[in-house]
Amino acid sequence: MGVILSVKNIVKVYPNGVVANKGVSLDVEEGTIHAIVGENGAGKTTLMKIVFGIEEAQEGQIFFKGKRIKIKNPYDAIKNGIGMVHQHFMLAQDLTVYENLLLGIEPKRGIFLNTKEAIEITKKVSNDYGLSVPFDKKIKDLPIGLRQRVEILKALIRNAELLILDEPTSVLTPQETEVLFNTLKTLKKSGKTIIFISHKLKEVLEIADKVTIMRDGKIVVTKDAKELNEHEIAYLMVGREISFERIPPNDKQGEVIFEAQNISFINEDNVKVLKGVSFKLKSYEILGLCGIEGNGQTELVEILTGLRRPLTGKILLKDKEITNLLPREIREKRVSHIPEDRMKDGVADRATVEENIIVDRYYKKSFSGRLLLKEKEIENHSNELIRKFNILTISSKNPVSSLSGGNIQKVVVARELSSNPLIIIADQPTRGIDVGSEELVHNLLKDARDNGAGIFLVSADLDEILKLSTRILVIYNGEIVKEFINHEGLTGRDLGPYMLGLKKEKDNG
Amino acid sequence: MNPLLKSILSPSFGFAILRVMTPILFASIGVAFSALAGSINISLEGTMLISAFFGVIVSAFTKSLTLGLISGILAGIGLASILAYFHLKLKADIILAAIALNMFASGFTIFLLYIFAKDKGTSSSLKSLVFPSIQIPILKDIPILGEIFSGHNILTYLALLSILIFFIIIFKTPLGLRIRAVGQNPDAASSVGINVNKIKFYALILSGIFGALGGLYLSMGYVSWFARDMTAGRGFIAIAASNLGAHLPLGVFLASILFGILNTIAIYLASLQVPSEFIQMIPYIATIITLTIYSIQASRKKRKL
Amino acid sequence: MDKYILKYFNLIRTIIAILIGVFICILIIFIISKDPQNGLRYFFLGPFSSAGRIGNVIEMASPIILCGLAISIPFQAEQFNVGAEGALFIAAAVTTGFGVSTSFPKIIHIPLMVLVAGGVGAIWGFIPGILKAKWKANELVITLMMNYVALYLSLYIINFHFRDKKAGFLVSYQLPKTAWFDQFIKNTRIHYGVLLTIVFIILVYILLYKTKLGYEIRMTGMNINFAKYGGINTFKVIVLSQVIGGFIAGIAGISEVMGIHRRFNWQGTPGYGWDGVVVAIIGRNHPILLAFASIFIAYLRVSGQVLNLMTDVPSEIVTIFESIIILLITAEAFLTQWKYKITLREAEKREVKIEPAS
Repeated sequence: MGVILSVKNIVKVYPNGVVANKGVSLDVEEGTIHAIVGENGAGKTTLMKIVFGIEEAQEGQIFFKGKRIKIKNPYDAIKNGIGMVHQHFMLAQDLTVYENLLLGIEPKRGIFLNTKEAIEITKKVSNDYGLSVPFDKKIKDLPIGLRQRVEILKALIRNAELLILDEPTSVLTPQETEVLFNTLKTLKKSGKTIIFISHKLKEVLEIADKVTIMRDGKIVVTKDAKELNEHEIAYLMVGREISFERIPPNDKQGEVIFEAQNISFINEDNVKVLKGVSFKLKSYEILGLCGIEGNGQTELVEILTGLRRPLTGKILLKDKEITNLLPREIREKRVSHIPEDRMKDGVADRATVEENIIVDRYYKKSFSGRLLLKEKEIENHSNELIRKFNILTISSKNPVSSLSGGNIQKVVVARELSSNPLIIIADQPTRGIDVGSEELVHNLLKDARDNGAGIFLVSADLDEILKLSTRILVIYNGEIVKEFINHEGLTGRDLGPYMLGLKKEKDNG
Repeated sequence: MNPLLKSILSPSFGFAILRVMTPILFASIGVAFSALAGSINISLEGTMLISAFFGVIVSAFTKSLTLGLISGILAGIGLASILAYFHLKLKADIILAAIALNMFASGFTIFLLYIFAKDKGTSSSLKSLVFPSIQIPILKDIPILGEIFSGHNILTYLALLSILIFFIIIFKTPLGLRIRAVGQNPDAASSVGINVNKIKFYALILSGIFGALGGLYLSMGYVSWFARDMTAGRGFIAIAASNLGAHLPLGVFLASILFGILNTIAIYLASLQVPSEFIQMIPYIATIITLTIYSIQASRKKRKL
Repeated sequence: MDKYILKYFNLIRTIIAILIGVFICILIIFIISKDPQNGLRYFFLGPFSSAGRIGNVIEMASPIILCGLAISIPFQAEQFNVGAEGALFIAAAVTTGFGVSTSFPKIIHIPLMVLVAGGVGAIWGFIPGILKAKWKANELVITLMMNYVALYLSLYIINFHFRDKKAGFLVSYQLPKTAWFDQFIKNTRIHYGVLLTIVFIILVYILLYKTKLGYEIRMTGMNINFAKYGGINTFKVIVLSQVIGGFIAGIAGISEVMGIHRRFNWQGTPGYGWDGVVVAIIGRNHPILLAFASIFIAYLRVSGQVLNLMTDVPSEIVTIFESIIILLITAEAFLTQWKYKITLREAEKREVKIEPAS
């Protein structure tokens, strides 16, 4: 069988300076299921976005069916016969299945929609591939698995020969996954090529003919699936030559200062994203929570900091209940929060550095009287933090939007660590920032720990978790599935299987 | 029997409802088109004014109803195009731009009224035309029903028909499908090669056309002259009506009937010993109350999920 | 040069928008006027033609400034409350009623009048505020509707309870002298309410930029998620911003009655609330900038009046002018192409400078 898609030397640098693809070359054979696996940030989704025209690469070429093609937008990709099923479905919720399928290529009768023909086309395509869908139901009334099927049909109806699926099973139940796999096998039989992005190794081995492993924006290896096993893939994905030094734990035996009991939560889509999470955090320790993104971490942190209400469960701070308190009341009890998305929650980017620094303390005696803010004190305090945390800004009166990503994060960290916190909830504290800033943030967290704070570190970055944590919890699908005491010699290889849901070990705490 | 109740139970009350709801229905359909496309047009107050004005002026000077109609609609399209250009091309906030256009329409019509009629109040010095009223054969002879439904201005019938047109465009044409898709998920629409801005532009133009019809009815049907700021907030009430009806044909229709009934009651109350100011307030208070109830329910629903 | 253009880009953009507006108005005057030269002269210089007219500009700027301040506070919190027009009207009506039916010495009567008007306006702002904060009811539509409610409710109050039947028009009784803002400059109607306006410019500036509440308002407006995350009570901010706005709008109304007309003589809303929206947009919600914008708008309004009196050009040309300016100023992409080119040129220059050094 020939090569249907060939990408050569793809280089992609995002405007914020992150190099997502560092010269990636890959051949995909026609009529195969080709899996691409790798950690978050390994560059696999970026690569596929380039192939589908959502992102443009700075360098490199794409060949499709032997011809060099230029893909500037998704429409070009569709015209060439490339379809993509996104992690977040591109469907209009209130439209019916057939309306979504034929959007933009509607059959017409005069100036009207030819509904009959539309339904017929839908039926024909769904029969051809054995993918039945309730063609006249609205998307919002369909279960996730069927929505995904609609997405697949959307590509097929536009004559896609190559189908890219981005983490298709991450939203599916095991039963739905099984159905999807049967679908993919059928598609393969009818000659379609499928690229399957995943980090669920069992599934990859079950379905894929070829596996490409990516790490750090580069391809590690492409092999026949038969030649690989789960542990080998896991090693290649995360078990790199570890070049970091673990920060040794603090020897002081702390007491339990923060406790979550049986937290559960159901989100807006009626999915139970937290299923009874419990943990205890001691002073003088960093408790790492690792897991693949979207396993309930975001919701857990928002509940702990008062931004969301849990469905069930209690949060205790030094044996006093703080569940359902307002964010300010929780902050008053010396709980700090470094948020996951700094631009969404962590800063007001049009406001000045000063204004961003004082959001949790402007009302306190040192910074304001009964009505007025004490500008001099605020300025001095801000400049002190700018110096101490090495924030690169022209002045404390410059808007945060004029700073680089790393310096914006330093503003957030400076604020959260300078409030003398007892508990620090740090969610992805070094995401998307440069190495120097990362080092600084890590040292600051360590210092806070040595001063007796308890730190709850949430990160998708295994290196960060292993480097800093005293203990490590692994979250999978809204549950804590494993606890590790972080000892010398613990590696990503040990954590991987739990993060990927291959192993589970409850009641280990 | 209570005189108010007596008059409300008379067929002429039903007739009045249809008469009063006509401009609101047109404007609500206009708002709904734009809202479905995800760029709500709150400048219909101005659109109605400017179309009401041009209909009157052009019909007065050309003595042609057709030209009056055409120029009224063109004026509506013109205003909608300006809004679309500033919103879609120059990235203006659609709300602020629409506020500016409402101001513009108010000032511009008074300005021109003075130029053409040498009066800043009304156009009554000009001999403008009105759209004819129609007796519907057979129906007109049926008691009660005939009295309610026959003998209306032709634009009232067009308004009722417009609900059907609205339904057909939105649910039976490719354009309608694309409008809904763009409003619900622009990324989904552009991922299959649909030009989101183009679809929004069409939706805004449609909203301008229906707003224009509402304005034409006001000055060439409801009454037979143009008066400054004669829309009196109907363009804003239409926003509430469209919201209330979830921007869908049946809902918009029912919401317009509701506002029609409330306004008509206000007119009927005028014959009683109630200060007219209170009566004039009713439609606006009713809008506030209905919008509030709607918001309470919407926020409850969200919390349940 | 380029550097200065970038630094003052917003100002330059505003000026260009105004120039385009002026240009269009000149064009209109040329088209419709039989004597365009005279028209233009009065359009530009009319307000300077007498002390009285200069006074008119200042008198008129006063309620526009107050309404602009009233609008700018909710706008800074990202609340599209356009209810200043209604708050001004209802507060003027109620407070006129209060004024004619009470008697106090001047030193008590005047502050009481101002406080009553502010209170009525504040209540008027509280309604959309609480509906928004509690149930997310769209404050824009609510306040648009409330403007009409205010109109009719006020007319009812005046016509049925405080109407001076001896006067030939539908007006209220005259306020007792103890409730007047005295006029203190000869040949003008400039009154103490104007001084109160200046006080309010300073107060609002302090409120927005120097107080805790102002900080909360601005942070909520800039990023409500950030405000919540930082522990700011955004519910309180959403309500209070509109209450304070209503308070100031109420004072705008009564100041006009106490200083100029001395009785409630409006039959329709005077439009100051809408001018307030205009100047808030032009002045980017900054109290001092919007004060300048208000003087500018008042200047145009007086031009309009002079045009009306002296020429065949209707005063509404000013409204047309205002709407053109708002359209251009709110158009974010207006002139950005130009800015982008300059930025690029600047960046290139800098690179050239840096390269030899590195």
